[in-house]
Amino acid sequence: MGNKLLLDQGSGGLASHRLVADVFFRHLGNSILERMDDAALIRPKGPLAVSTDSFTVDPIFFPGGDIGALAVHGTVNDVAMLGARPLYLTCGFILEEGFDMDDLERIVASMGLAARKAGVKVVAGDTKVVPRGAADKIFINTTGIGEVVAKTAPSGHRAKPGDAVIVSGSLGDHGLTVLSHRQGLSFEAPVQSDCASLNHLTLKLIKGLPSVHVLRDPTRGGLATTINEIAQQSGVGIALEEEAIPVKPVVASGCEILGLDPLYLANEGKIICVLPEKHAAKALTIMRRDPLGRDARVIGRVTQENPGKVVLRTGLGGHRLLGMLEGEQLPRIC
Amino acid sequence: MNSFEALRDPKLCKDVLAKIEEAMQGQSLRFMEVCGTHTVALFRSGVHSLLPKSVVHLTGPGCPVCVTHESEVAAYLELAGRSDVIIATFGDLMRVPGPGGASLKKAQAEGARVEVVYSPFDALAVAEANPGDKVVFLGIGFETTAPTVAATVRQAKERGLGNFFVMPFHKLVPPALDALLSDPDMAVEGFMLPGHVSAMIGLEPYRPLAEKYGIPSVVAGFEPLDLLQAILLMAEMKRQGKPMVVNNYKRVVADGGNPKARAILYEVYTPGDALWRGIGMIPGSGLVMSDAYKAFDAFEALGVTLKESKPLPGCRCGEVLKGIMPPNKCPLFAKACTPATPVGPCMVSTEGSCAAYHKYQLDLA
Repeated sequence: MGNKLLLDQGSGGLASHRLVADVFFRHLGNSILERMDDAALIRPKGPLAVSTDSFTVDPIFFPGGDIGALAVHGTVNDVAMLGARPLYLTCGFILEEGFDMDDLERIVASMGLAARKAGVKVVAGDTKVVPRGAADKIFINTTGIGEVVAKTAPSGHRAKPGDAVIVSGSLGDHGLTVLSHRQGLSFEAPVQSDCASLNHLTLKLIKGLPSVHVLRDPTRGGLATTINEIAQQSGVGIALEEEAIPVKPVVASGCEILGLDPLYLANEGKIICVLPEKHAAKALTIMRRDPLGRDARVIGRVTQENPGKVVLRTGLGGHRLLGMLEGEQLPRIC
Repeated sequence: MNSFEALRDPKLCKDVLAKIEEAMQGQSLRFMEVCGTHTVALFRSGVHSLLPKSVVHLTGPGCPVCVTHESEVAAYLELAGRSDVIIATFGDLMRVPGPGGASLKKAQAEGARVEVVYSPFDALAVAEANPGDKVVFLGIGFETTAPTVAATVRQAKERGLGNFFVMPFHKLVPPALDALLSDPDMAVEGFMLPGHVSAMIGLEPYRPLAEKYGIPSVVAGFEPLDLLQAILLMAEMKRQGKPMVVNNYKRVVADGGNPKARAILYEVYTPGDALWRGIGMIPGSGLVMSDAYKAFDAFEALGVTLKESKPLPGCRCGEVLKGIMPPNKCPLFAKACTPATPVGPCMVSTEGSCAAYHKYQLDLA
């Protein structure tokens, strides 16, 4: 067992300074952060996209990632979905007294690596240590700022009848990984999280295509919930082809065992892209050239019928509603 | 094409659909699928939307959460309120509404200790990790899950665990079907029998029903082709006037069921009367702890009794469970009763008929 985090290290005094220097600056440091002023001075060229998110995942380490990488990828992706180039992140840590220092260092190092890969700088931060039991190990909040590159920022309100709906790859990988590795659950699927920053791929789409109407990353609630949000925001119907929706066999069978639906499971490295049908082929070409979009597919289209609803055409040619997730997915009895 | 893919093959399914149309020949068929997993499978696969109008589908009492009686919900919620009790449960029960809108989810927010487990054996681990507390597993489910719970109780005895208990709310399917068929309002002409339950009990328990009521019955799997073949077999038997019990799920269900699992089940439990939500008391349709295992019965050990509780006002789940009323004809459906504000468990459970209609049926929601 390594050293444990002490309440003193969140006090704001010397112990806090040592923690910041030894752990945070070492992995996240840059000229703006290390000035240690009350706020970071940045000079972006607007318009700006801003997003914030808090990360409380359990377990904090999982195949394919950890809470630190997730805290960077999640916010970078939210900013990127507005057709923006993410530039800066802030991060706030709420740490439980007694948290393992080696684990903290591993998480911060993972954040540093994820930030460098995404090309973003962590420019401000905050650390609080709360008494044992007042938080579950580690909570991280990140806020991201990016410059909007797209002429008209993609938005959930811009889907139009006749548009194609594309996903960049297989669904449910992250959600099943985390669920199946949750403490106390004996079932562990041989699958890993798709956790990744998508900003380089979204920039290629924005620059390579004349018009992208919607970009969204289907995180919590999965494809089904996100696609319903788009249908409702835009006041359109969306028809999906079940056969075209990529789900890995291991995810499909894992979900079957647990009584879960992969279409409602979280993804942390996938894009939903809605754009005019005539540009769909080019979008697929751009996506498939990138490792994160290798398995991109057209999964449906936007319609005038059934506004606000998503209809799934099944493999048999039947149909059914694909609604939003109500509450959380829970395992069934039989 | 492997055998699994074949069960989802659109062409094979279309062939069976055409045969169903042919078998109908002007007649109608009101069939009930007894199992909640069948309800969901019919909708999820799209089979429901492809059936000819002459085939009317009724949902039955086959969702274990839905048939859990109000007084049983009240009893486990009472236990959840005790400071020295940890409730261990499958996730389905978390949002089931009890008296005054209480639920395990709300109780948990108010401080109750509730552990969602994926197997009853996980509840044993909870008991071992918390020797100062009483861990109560909610034994809900049909013949499918009851043997595993029985095996868990047996293991608790072997390990000498004194703080593990089960609330035996299990229900047995054949006595419930008998009770339903004896209701004069019931107009079911065929049963799609539950695959998982049948894997345990085999075909024998259904035969007296087929003889007594002359009802075609088919044990079915859960893939699209399984569902369609079962409907075809029911339609053909009805047309020929030869009602039988047919096992069309031989890849999983042996005609004799699973005697080993039944032996464990009846070592720990004995049949007893049970309350079914919306239906009431059905003699011999439940399981009570046998004398040798009474120490693990939460009712006995923790002094819990079932108290009379009023049905939820306006809720017509009873008629839905009996197949007398389709979910969307309930006056509360999609109005006062939605998945966000469920009045009854049929709208809560992922396998509940009301929830399935609300979730999947395009022209109703």
